[in-house]
Amino acid sequence: MSDKTDTKKDDLDYETTGHSWDGIQEYNKPLPRWWLMVFYATIIWGVGYTIAYPAWPGVRSATAGLLGWSTRGAVAEEISAQEAKLAPINEQLASVELTSIASDPELNGYAQNAGAAVFRTWCAQCHGSGAAGAKGYPNLLDDDWLWGGSIEEIHTTITHGIRNEDDPDARYSEMPAFGRDGLLEREQIAAVSNYVMTLSGEEPQDASLVEEGATVYADNCAACHGEDGTGDRFQGAPNLTDAIWLYGGDYATIHETVTNARFGVMPNWNTRLSEAEIRAVATYVHGLGGGEASE
Amino acid sequence: MSILDKHGILEKNVTLLAVFAFLVVTIGGLVQIVPLFYLENTIEDVEGMRPYTPLELAGRDIYIREGCYVCHSQMIRPMRDEVERYGHYSLAAESQYDHPFQWGSKRTGPDLARVGGRYSDEWHVDHLTDPQSVVPESVMPKYGFLSAKLIDGTHMEDLLATHRMVGVPYTDEMVENASADFRVQANPDADYDGLLERYGEKVSVRNFDGDPGISEMDALVAYLQMLGTLVDFSTFTPDASR
Repeated sequence: MSDKTDTKKDDLDYETTGHSWDGIQEYNKPLPRWWLMVFYATIIWGVGYTIAYPAWPGVRSATAGLLGWSTRGAVAEEISAQEAKLAPINEQLASVELTSIASDPELNGYAQNAGAAVFRTWCAQCHGSGAAGAKGYPNLLDDDWLWGGSIEEIHTTITHGIRNEDDPDARYSEMPAFGRDGLLEREQIAAVSNYVMTLSGEEPQDASLVEEGATVYADNCAACHGEDGTGDRFQGAPNLTDAIWLYGGDYATIHETVTNARFGVMPNWNTRLSEAEIRAVATYVHGLGGGEASE
Repeated sequence: MSILDKHGILEKNVTLLAVFAFLVVTIGGLVQIVPLFYLENTIEDVEGMRPYTPLELAGRDIYIREGCYVCHSQMIRPMRDEVERYGHYSLAAESQYDHPFQWGSKRTGPDLARVGGRYSDEWHVDHLTDPQSVVPESVMPKYGFLSAKLIDGTHMEDLLATHRMVGVPYTDEMVENASADFRVQANPDADYDGLLERYGEKVSVRNFDGDPGISEMDALVAYLQMLGTLVDFSTFTPDASR
C-alpha cells in the first residue's frame, strides 16, 4: 500500500483552471479514464444501433436496419407464436362435445382460464368484472336464466346474441309496450303491476287492485310469462315469481316495464371471437355457479 | 491545439453558448421531425378513412371539452397484450383528420381508439350518465348533464371550415350542408341520402341517445361509436417496414 501512495502523481503536478478566489485555486483534472471509455463506447453503440435498427431518414423512406426488425413484425410474430402454441388445445376445445369439456380436467382448466380472460375483455363491461351484472344486464352468478343455463344454451346465447340486428339467428322476443302502444288502459297497468308484485310474495302497493290485475295478467301476460308467472325460456320471458329482477321489482319499475316494455340487447360474438374462445367463455360462465346440467 | 480543446471559448461566452446550443437542438429537431413530413411511409394509404361528419365532430369537441383525453388514450400500441385487448394497433392514418390528435398519454380508463361498435348506444348512455351503474369499480365522473343540453348545430359550417383550414379535406358541399347533415344523422326518419353520399354508406344514422332532439349525449355517442371503425382492415396489409 505504501508503494502506491509513493507512485501517485502529486497534486501539485496538475495544472489549475487559473481561477483564483480568495487564494483558493481549482484543479483542472481530466475525467477518469474508465468514465471516458464508457462515454465513447455509448457513442459507438449508438451509431451501431441506428445501423442495426430502423433509424436514418432518407429521401423517400427511412433505413430499415440490418437486423430487419420492425415494431409491426415483432407484434405479428409474437401473436402468431402464441397462437401456434395454443392451436392444438384450441382445436380440441372447438371440436369436442360441449358437454364433455367439463369432464376433461386439462381442457376444462384451460377453458376456465381462457374464458375468464375473454370475459374480462369482452363481457365485463356489461355483466360486471365479477359477473354480478347490473340493472338491465343479467347477473351470471345465480341460477336464474332467461334463455337457459345449460352449456349448450349459454353457448348459443354467446354465439348469436340477443335481439341484435347483426345475426339473423340471434335470440329474439319482444315484450309489447302495453302502455305506450295503448294495449292496456292506465288502470289496467296499475292493476297488473300490483298483481305481479304478489307473484313473488311482495306486498302490493294497492291490495284492492290485485284481483283485477290477475284477470289482466291472465289475458295479456300469461301467454309468455306462464299462468303461474314462472316464465318461459323459449321466449326469454323472465320468471316473475322469484326475487330476482333484471330491472327492478318495485311498483314504479314494474309499472314502467309494463308501460314501455324492455328490450335488452346482447351482441353476437361469432364475428369477433373464435369458436374456441366462445366455448371457453361459455365454460367459464357455466362454471360461475349457476350452470345447469344438460338435458 | 485541436478543435476539441477550444470548448473553453464556448464555456466562457454565454451568448455564444446559447447560439451553439440552439444550433445543436435545431439540427436534432430537423433530423427527427422534418422527415415525418416528407417520408412516404409516415402515413400509409388505407381504405375507409374519411373526415368526421358534423355530428361526430361536435361529439369530438365535447370529448375534448370534458377532458376525456386526460384519462383515456386513443392509441393502441403494437404489443400483443394491447392488440388482444383493444384490437388492431392504431395506424397513423387513423388520426390524420384529428386536430389536435387524441392519442393521450395516460390510461386511467381504457383505451378508446376502437371503442366504436363495441357496446350498444344504450350502454353508452347508461355508462355516461352513471358509470358506476354498469361498472361498479369505475372512478369515472358522471356525465348525465350531456343529455339535458340540446345543440342545434348552427355553427357547424364554421367548425368544418376551420378544420378545412388546417388540412381536413372537407368539400364545399360538405361545409355548405354541415348544419343539415348534423341534424339528419341523429334522425333516422329524415332524408339522410345526402349525408351518406357525402360521407359514405357506412355512416351510422340513428337516434343515438334514444331521446327526442339532438343533445350533447347524441353527439358524443355518435363520435364514440365511430371511433376506430373507419378503416377497412380486410383490405389492409401491414407494411412490415414501419
